[in-house]
Amino acid sequence: MHAKTLPLRMKRTGDSLVLDGVLVLLGLFLVAFIVLPLVMVALRSVYDRNDAFVGLANYIAFLDTPSLSQSIGNSVTIALVSTIITTLLAFAYAYAITRTAMPGKGVFKALAQIPILAPSLLPGISLVYLFGNQGPLRFLLMGESIYGPIGIVLGEVFYTFPHAVMILTVALSTADARLYEAAESLGAGPLRRFFTITVPGARYGLISAVFVVFTLVITDFGVPKVVGGQYNVLATDVYKQVVGQQNFGMGAVVGMVLLLPAVLAFAADWIGQRKQTALLSARSVPYVPSRRPWCDGAMFALCTLIAGLLAGILGTAAFASLIRYWPYDLTPTLAHYAFAEVDETGWRSYGNSLILAGLTAVIGTVTVFAGAYLVERGPASAGIKAAVRLLAILPLAVPGMVLGLAYIFFFNHPGNPMNALYGTMGILVLSTVVHFYTVSHLTAATALKQLDAEFESVSASLKVPVWRTFFRVTVPLCLLAILDIALYFFVNAMTTVSAVVFLYAPDTKPASVAVLNMDDAGEIAGAAAMAMMIVYTSAAVRLLHTGASHWLSQRTQTWRRR
Amino acid sequence: MTLRLAVATTAAVVLATGTAAAATKLTVYTALEPEQLGPYKKAFETDNPDITIQWVRDSTGVVTAKLLAEKANPQADVVWGLAASSLMILDQQGMLDGYAPAGLATIKPEFRDAKDQPTWVGMDAWMAALCFNTVEAGKKNLPKPQSWADLAKPEYKGQVVMPNPASSGTGFLAVSGWMQIMGDKPAWEYMDKLHDNVAVYTHSGSKPCKMAAAGEYPIGLSIEYTGAQQKTKGAPIDVILASEGTGWDMEATAIVKGTKNLDAARKLADWASTDKAAKLYTQYYAVAAVKGVSNYPANYPANAEAAMIKKNDFAWAASNRDAILAEWSKRYNAKSEPK
Amino acid sequence: MTATPYLRLSNVVKSFGAFQALKDVSLDIERGEFVCFLGPSGCGKTTLLRIIAGLDPQTAGTVEIGGRDVSRLPPSARDYGIVFQSYALFPNLTVARNIAYGLKLKRKAEEERVRELLALIGLPDIGAKFPSQLSGGQQQRVALARALAPSPGLLLLDEPLSALDAQVRLHLRRQIRELHCRLGITTIMVTHDQEEALTMADRIVVMNHGEIVQTGTPGAIYRAPATPFIADFVGTMNFLKGSVDDSGRIRLGSVHLHSDQPLTPGADVTVCVRPEDVVIHRPGPVNTVDMRIEAMEFLGPFHRVRLAADGFGAQPLTADFSANLVRDHRLATGDRLPVTLPAEHLRVYPVA
Repeated sequence: MHAKTLPLRMKRTGDSLVLDGVLVLLGLFLVAFIVLPLVMVALRSVYDRNDAFVGLANYIAFLDTPSLSQSIGNSVTIALVSTIITTLLAFAYAYAITRTAMPGKGVFKALAQIPILAPSLLPGISLVYLFGNQGPLRFLLMGESIYGPIGIVLGEVFYTFPHAVMILTVALSTADARLYEAAESLGAGPLRRFFTITVPGARYGLISAVFVVFTLVITDFGVPKVVGGQYNVLATDVYKQVVGQQNFGMGAVVGMVLLLPAVLAFAADWIGQRKQTALLSARSVPYVPSRRPWCDGAMFALCTLIAGLLAGILGTAAFASLIRYWPYDLTPTLAHYAFAEVDETGWRSYGNSLILAGLTAVIGTVTVFAGAYLVERGPASAGIKAAVRLLAILPLAVPGMVLGLAYIFFFNHPGNPMNALYGTMGILVLSTVVHFYTVSHLTAATALKQLDAEFESVSASLKVPVWRTFFRVTVPLCLLAILDIALYFFVNAMTTVSAVVFLYAPDTKPASVAVLNMDDAGEIAGAAAMAMMIVYTSAAVRLLHTGASHWLSQRTQTWRRR
Repeated sequence: MTLRLAVATTAAVVLATGTAAAATKLTVYTALEPEQLGPYKKAFETDNPDITIQWVRDSTGVVTAKLLAEKANPQADVVWGLAASSLMILDQQGMLDGYAPAGLATIKPEFRDAKDQPTWVGMDAWMAALCFNTVEAGKKNLPKPQSWADLAKPEYKGQVVMPNPASSGTGFLAVSGWMQIMGDKPAWEYMDKLHDNVAVYTHSGSKPCKMAAAGEYPIGLSIEYTGAQQKTKGAPIDVILASEGTGWDMEATAIVKGTKNLDAARKLADWASTDKAAKLYTQYYAVAAVKGVSNYPANYPANAEAAMIKKNDFAWAASNRDAILAEWSKRYNAKSEPK
Repeated sequence: MTATPYLRLSNVVKSFGAFQALKDVSLDIERGEFVCFLGPSGCGKTTLLRIIAGLDPQTAGTVEIGGRDVSRLPPSARDYGIVFQSYALFPNLTVARNIAYGLKLKRKAEEERVRELLALIGLPDIGAKFPSQLSGGQQQRVALARALAPSPGLLLLDEPLSALDAQVRLHLRRQIRELHCRLGITTIMVTHDQEEALTMADRIVVMNHGEIVQTGTPGAIYRAPATPFIADFVGTMNFLKGSVDDSGRIRLGSVHLHSDQPLTPGADVTVCVRPEDVVIHRPGPVNTVDMRIEAMEFLGPFHRVRLAADGFGAQPLTADFSANLVRDHRLATGDRLPVTLPAEHLRVYPVA
């Protein structure tokens, strides 16, 4: 008789126990550095300055303070307007890159990425130079001031443009030529084809772009900080409450409010993406754009204009940083790069940023890749994997400001054993890794999923330890993705302000915060100079990355897919 | 060979760390202007090679709020260069350590806490001044304002920048000055009118003058020192002290109660009230706390000492600061620059 | 039942939540046998293979390999080589490095062993190439060589030919068979292709819905499928609905058929006959029906012919007639002819 007993358990090898342990540790890491800090924000929002529980009093006070509650409307307005403009421009730009035969597509694709290299404070600074009361282009505003909604929207469009272009380029490049052939044979004109095939085909890309841009704008702090003038938005309110007035309870309330649209957008985007995968057909025939002189010409002109504006904004900051005394003394000078004159940290903040970016790139890439590997290919049970997967995408829904605030509450809490991290470079690296975890994780996971599902099984059957296959096969096969992740971490660590602005200490102040401080003190030229140092560094690292990737794919092309 | 190299490197690092550890690291909170931090730090450390200053700098309001927020678990050892009115609030909260620095006798009596073991000792005085861009004003046909009353005239609508008193010490001393000159109610009425003329309330006290210097707005209510500095750098501005008299405050030094580096903190307090220090202060400001030290930096407004309001009641300003700021925020906050 | 079998599965169960992928599977495989797990997708055959490999844990039951209970051992502690449908060759390693991946030998010996295996799979010169430079069939053979390199006691093949072209597949079937004969290694192959199973296996294990439904040699499975499901799955089959009359004959409409099988009077039955077993009238009175040719399909060596008889009701009958037969009898659509369903070739199943 065979009595039914408890389900059998496999005897585990040391390897698989270690791997599971690491995955569980990673899960705990994400719980500790994302979930718990957020819980602290939520808790903090129901306590007052003297740590007494006050229920919803802070929320009521928030709604009762016109200058604060007004910010919700302001934030939403700015986000909506910016989203519409960015998405339209980015759609046209992405369309030109993917669906026309205009010349210079590679160059335009690269130029669209310019804004990513700069902190979001930079467009604000440039806009002040261009459209400020002494700006040469001021007349274009027809009497309106750049300090306020106009400036914020312009800056946000610059800041979010590359993100929208990236998403829409992907969405538009997966076209099925057969649909167009069918439509044409049925007598549909170009306009009809555009609205019945092109737009619907890219609709999930469009939805995704809309949500990404909306979230970026509503949580961005750099642009409104510099050109917001008296126009208050939620992101600057958090900063004002926390740094300006040290009112952590109210800061937490605004943080919770700020979390809301981001979480909503995140959820909507997630649902949209799930549907999209079901729609992609493996059998489609790639669309090859044919020459249409009028359309190509018009799109070329439009792209030239947009790329020109992007480069112009960057160029303005570069130029302004080299001018002695705008607008009265236009002699060129490097004086504004002598940062110690205007900022107590001087060049050290730039060094700090290099350290921060380097550490973030190394630690972040190792953590993310190992984590994604364990989730996608490790031996753990499906339940643990699903939990870690969910934790890994959670950071995307958390705005940097809220993350930074959460880290203050969490790490500065006297009861936290990790208290000692507070005020160190460690907490900056940690917050930056967590802040940019999701996109990196998804990049790694995608690369790992493309590998044959049975590599680990084959290795096990051949009695080869897991780690050996990891280093001999998995890592070499994913090296391009790993480089991408490292670049992503590095550039974002160079440019980010939102989380670190709450967490830096005097001797760990990064360059992006120095830009902010100099702008605060009215040293706009110095701020522009430091912002440009960030741009130059990001650009150099990016070039390095391009070179390395190129070299790598050359070297490995013998074994890459035919 | 590699091993030997590694050992040598390790030893070098350990040694270096050891040396560094020998110097006391003093965390100093300050609202001094950024360009002053380097020279002040260097001068002090030259005389006290065993102490390293670690600055934490922000605007007056922010530093004050930060100190108050950290009351339970103070991070600062010393405050060097913060408005006396702010230090008095900290003193009321019992957060400062009384100490009579070596040079206390040379300090002017009105420039120090009156206690035998004063909790704060002044360094220098700074005041609110108007930076007036003559080029831009010329383009707009704006007359040069001579008084606070002028500044509230409708012709300056949208032409004035001033600091937000909640974050900026300069902003606060201007407001407290008006209230002391004009009296409570008239001062608020005055500010209501002025509010119509203000384009932006900035986060920092020096920024309005820098904006005026750059022609962004023709008039900036700011710090007299920043005006002199910008003018020296080549900005087409006049630095004006209002004819009614101007609000002023002292920058002062204090030891934070509970510091783990009391000896080093006292050394800094001693040094901060020496002649040598005072001479350094007067590179930037005309009026020092140390008797007999005075200097007019280039382009500094000549009538500074005369323009300072005579009956400046810091205690009153300190105890009413919260109420004044609350009222101010209620009335004008929506126009404030994001901080 | 003399010696212990090489592989013994006892009461293996695999559940995914409420779903039972394998229900109490027991099976013995002798040393040196070539066994195919055959069944439609989702029948549990791959799950069973992965349990043998230790890649997925069973919910209950035991697995013994070579007399050793390996039920709870991880893959690396069992002794087998495996080839997957995708081959899972490491694209960044050369063929030689792939084959040597599981070897723990000195360099000289390793090179020698790789050379040996390349010769074994008939591709002696490709050691320095990368997998992407090989054809699908070559990749498949390299995967086989890699699995065989450490000389395992058991070879597991998970649908190894399904990704290949028909031509290559035929060629490789033969090669794998030959390899098996030469090495004598116990081999289990999972496939959903009945032809593959029939041509390659010593023994076929037919599975459906997580259960073994029949085990036997290819001939036995083909000739005597245990259930209508197997009859349908393996080869082509006619299914005719009928019932058993009082005299023990099968009644299909107005036609009565004899069967060699003992039948229960009154039962509803399904009668199965292979198309190639349907013949043109044979001497003797039994099981001959007058039928009409409804349609003919030329398939090269034979014609597939759809027949209908009034007495059969609406049920058509498919017969394979050789090209010679059709030519000799000058058969054409619309012709009428007497057709015999030989009693010894009829399989009768009770209707459940």
